[in-house]
Parts: sequence; C-alpha cells; structure tokens
Amino acid sequence: MTAAPKQETYDVVVIGAGPAGLAAAAVTAKAGLSTLLLDENAGPGGQVWRSVMSTPVIAPDKLGADYWSGKALVEELAASGAEILHRATVWSLDKALDVGFSVGGGSAFVNARRVIIATGALERPLPIPGWTLPGVMTAGAAQTMLKSSGLVPSGQTVLAGQGPLLWLLAAQILRLGGCIDRILETTDRRNWLTALPHALSFLASPYALKGLSLIREVRGKVRVVSGVTELAAAGDGMLQSVRYVAAGKRETVSADLLLLHQGVVPNVNLAMSAGVDHRWDERQLCWSPVCDADGGTSVAGLAIAGDGAGIGGAAAAIASGRIAARGVVAALAPSRLASLPSKDQLAAALDRATLGRAFLDVLYRPSKSFRVPSGDTIVCRCEEVTAQDILQSVAIGATGPNQLKAYRRAGMGPCQGRLCGLTVTELMAETRGKTPQEIGYYRLRAPVKPIALSELAALPKTEEAVSAVVRG
Amino acid sequence: MMFKRLQRDDRRRVRITVAGIDVEAREGDTVAAALVASGLDVRRKTAVSGAPRLPYCMMGVCFDCLVTIDGIGNRQGCLVPVAEGMQIEIQQGKREIGR
Repeated sequence: MTAAPKQETYDVVVIGAGPAGLAAAAVTAKAGLSTLLLDENAGPGGQVWRSVMSTPVIAPDKLGADYWSGKALVEELAASGAEILHRATVWSLDKALDVGFSVGGGSAFVNARRVIIATGALERPLPIPGWTLPGVMTAGAAQTMLKSSGLVPSGQTVLAGQGPLLWLLAAQILRLGGCIDRILETTDRRNWLTALPHALSFLASPYALKGLSLIREVRGKVRVVSGVTELAAAGDGMLQSVRYVAAGKRETVSADLLLLHQGVVPNVNLAMSAGVDHRWDERQLCWSPVCDADGGTSVAGLAIAGDGAGIGGAAAAIASGRIAARGVVAALAPSRLASLPSKDQLAAALDRATLGRAFLDVLYRPSKSFRVPSGDTIVCRCEEVTAQDILQSVAIGATGPNQLKAYRRAGMGPCQGRLCGLTVTELMAETRGKTPQEIGYYRLRAPVKPIALSELAALPKTEEAVSAVVRG
Repeated sequence: MMFKRLQRDDRRRVRITVAGIDVEAREGDTVAAALVASGLDVRRKTAVSGAPRLPYCMMGVCFDCLVTIDGIGNRQGCLVPVAEGMQIEIQQGKREIGR
C-alpha cells in the first residue's frame, strides 16, 4: 500500500474494493490496463468481506464460508498488478473522468480513460422515534465491529427490522457468545402472498438453504417476535427501552443496544454527482442508476458494478464487476478479450447469482410505516429535522428535496443526505400526492465527502485558474 | 457496557488516550470501535442541538462518530485505525475553529 497514486493518468480507475471492485480491477489489470483501485477502508473486502485479511475472528465456522470466500478475490487482485490505495476517499468525479480523492491528509486528482464505480450499498434508513439515541445502531454497524474488532453485544440487546442480514448477524453474534434478548421482526405478513410467485426461483437459489438454516439456528436460541407493526426507542440521553406493537399488543423491553435493519440500498452519491441518470426503482424502493448490460451509464466511459447499480448481493456484484471490466477491456484492449470469459458465461453467472432476488425484494419490502415517519421523529439526523418540520415546509411551499434544503437544511449536514434522502423523497411524495420519481432527489455535487478547505487550497493550480480569481 | 471483546484475541495492544484517560485498544480497531469498546462515556454532542450521540453506521456514512484525533476535529472515527499514542477528544458541539 502506498500513500499517493504512482501516476497521474490511468486506463482504469475503480472506486471501492468490495466484491464488484476487486473483481473488476483484477480483470482490467490482468488484461494489461493500468488500473488504480481506490478504497475508503483500511483494507480490502468492502462491507461484506470487511477485514477478511485481518479479522481476529479466525475460527472458520463463525463468520461462515461466504465471508471467507472473499480471500480468494483479494489474492487474485493482489496478483493482478493493479495499484490499490486504501483510506482514499473519493470526493469528486466528473464527466471528464477526473477523479479527486483524499488520502493521507492531502488530495490528489487522477484522470482515467474509464471509471468503474463499485461503491456498493448502505443500509436503508429505519427512521423510528428515538433512532438517534446513543445505543441505537445499524445491524451493519454491529457486524462491522464483529468482523474487524471481534466485538459482540454484551448487554441487553434487541435486533429489530427485517431482511437476510438481520438473521446472519444474529447467528454470528450468538456463535461468538454475544447476547441477543429479542428479535423484533417487522416483515409485513401480507408480503408472503405477493412473494409467492417468486418462491420457486428462490428455492432453487443457494440463498434458500442458507437463509432457512440461519433462521432455524437463531430461532432455537432467541425469542423472535414476528409481525411487529410499531417500533420506538426510548431513553434519557441513552437508550433504555424499546417499545413495540405486535399483533395489536403493546410491549416494552428494556435494552441498552438496539440494532436496526431493513435492507440495503445503492450508495448513489458519487454516481449522481458525476451526472449519471437515475430512476426510482419501485420494487427495491430506492434510486438506481440507469445502466446498460455492461454497467455503462449516461456518462461516457463511466460504468457502475455491484450493489451500487441495484441490490443483488455479493455473488452478483462479482459477476457484474467482471462484466463491466470486460466492457472496458473490449474498448481499450480488444486484443486481450480472448483471455477473458465470454459475455455469455459472465451473463449466466450473473443470472445464477440473482436467482431468488425477486423473492427477497418482495418478501422484505419494508412497510410504509417504517419508511415514512410522522410527528417529531427525526428524518435528517445531521440537521435534526423532523417529519413534522418537513410537512410544515411542504405546507408553505417546499416542492421537493432541493427546496427543502432552503427551508430546513435537510440533507445539508455532513452525511449529505445518505441517511435521510430516501425518507425525504418518500415523505414529500406521500404528502404532495406525487410519485417519488416526480419528487426527485437531492442535487448532489462534489465534494461528496466533506474535506478541509486547506486540502482544496493545497491542490496544484494552473496559471489560468489563478489569473481567473486574482485581481490586478 | 454494550460490547465485549472476544476471549481469544491475539492482536497487538495499542495504547491511546481518550480525553486524557488511557485506553487499551487492539491493532486493527478503528477509533470508533475502540471508543465503543472502552466502556467510557464517549457520547459526543451534536452541533445543532447539543444532543448526545454515539456512532451509528460504522461504515463512513452517518458521521455520528465525528471525533477530534490528535488535535484535528471532525474526523470520522470509524474510518481511522488506532495508532500507538493517539490522542482522542470527544466533540462537544461543533468543531472548534483552528482544530
């Protein structure tokens, strides 16, 4: 690992070292294209294989075979000749494919002939009353600490929400001797009916066996409350209890840790800021970039692979990373195509990996009550803007997320809308009787991650740029 | 105490200080993970209302782990690995000018 890029220009810059980014960079580098892989974390793996080369959880059965499968791809990447920069935060990407990033306290720009965004997913917000209290975290946060630091919940712990990750996390916590007092499952029972048409393909997928055995493993050890319709965290300066309603019955459980999860959604900030067209995905209830079969976008030379192009999971991300990389090789080094798997082979791998996804999407479609909050529940955690504040802004003329910024600063804090954007779109759509597509999303611009002004000022400047602003 | 460490964890010990108090972390911990594992009261106060917060997402997204590291404020604690002798301060409200 180095602290600065070795070159100013690359054939390919790949952003994100999770499954899609590792797979893509390995393919382009092996094909002889100069490849720079930029990643924000301290080591490779992204979220799903976080700390796969350094985790203290070394007993192989604790984290599961799917976790350890990441090692092979990390080794493949290491042998490929790609340059990899960790702790590099990309904060700018434009249509000229200039990539600006911060590493080691300074910023640098490189230019690429092709860029592959592989920035993956983030957890869908679950904006319940009290979700900003200390002691409330995402399930992903707990899993990150478990994988990278071997930390497991030790007090009164409640998991709440729905989706495959919730069960996987529960199983991992229990295997490592951590505590879970209760699991509050929010899946809408009516979803089973709408998911039924997709059940056959799900049963044929590897997710079925794995998922069912995880659920069985967890249910044997923890009290699971299904059909939860209301959820709130309460406490004075710190989480003390979780209140919920299940089957019409109101209950309170004391807790010092509440882990929330209701699926993951594409992390769109960088792609949107680069000008990539996105559309509202009604099945996955999120914004997804409009991509062609090779992951290509509305921005020439810019492709997106993995969960950032629509949620498909790790195996699908590997396949789509290779597909996007093959597209780059076809454009820049066509003579090397013969050494790569064919388009059909890669497409078949992607199809296999996405088998069963429709079933999961429909079954774990979060209820509106857990997506569209009301009253004094905080929507924007950074600027502390509540659902009621947003309704009032709509009442006096705010038409969409960008107007709302002027009224309330929602989405203008350091997270730049990552934790509130979907909620704001859906809440405003609901209030104004419009579709999310009509309401739109925050207009995103570089820098998409906050950087110090001094870091910007220290960037090399052309004479032309200086004379444009210096008087006399 | 919300979290505990594995019984078997052979990683090297790394000493940091949190608001002047010695804390033993492990190599590979992020600052945010080390803070949560320390058992100390490491709640920061928000810039807007002064409400208490702890890390929320641990993956660089939420900015609820903002912390002052070696005199530099507003660092994302979940993205910075601990290093020997690192000095951590808990932020009370917004970042102070000059740090």
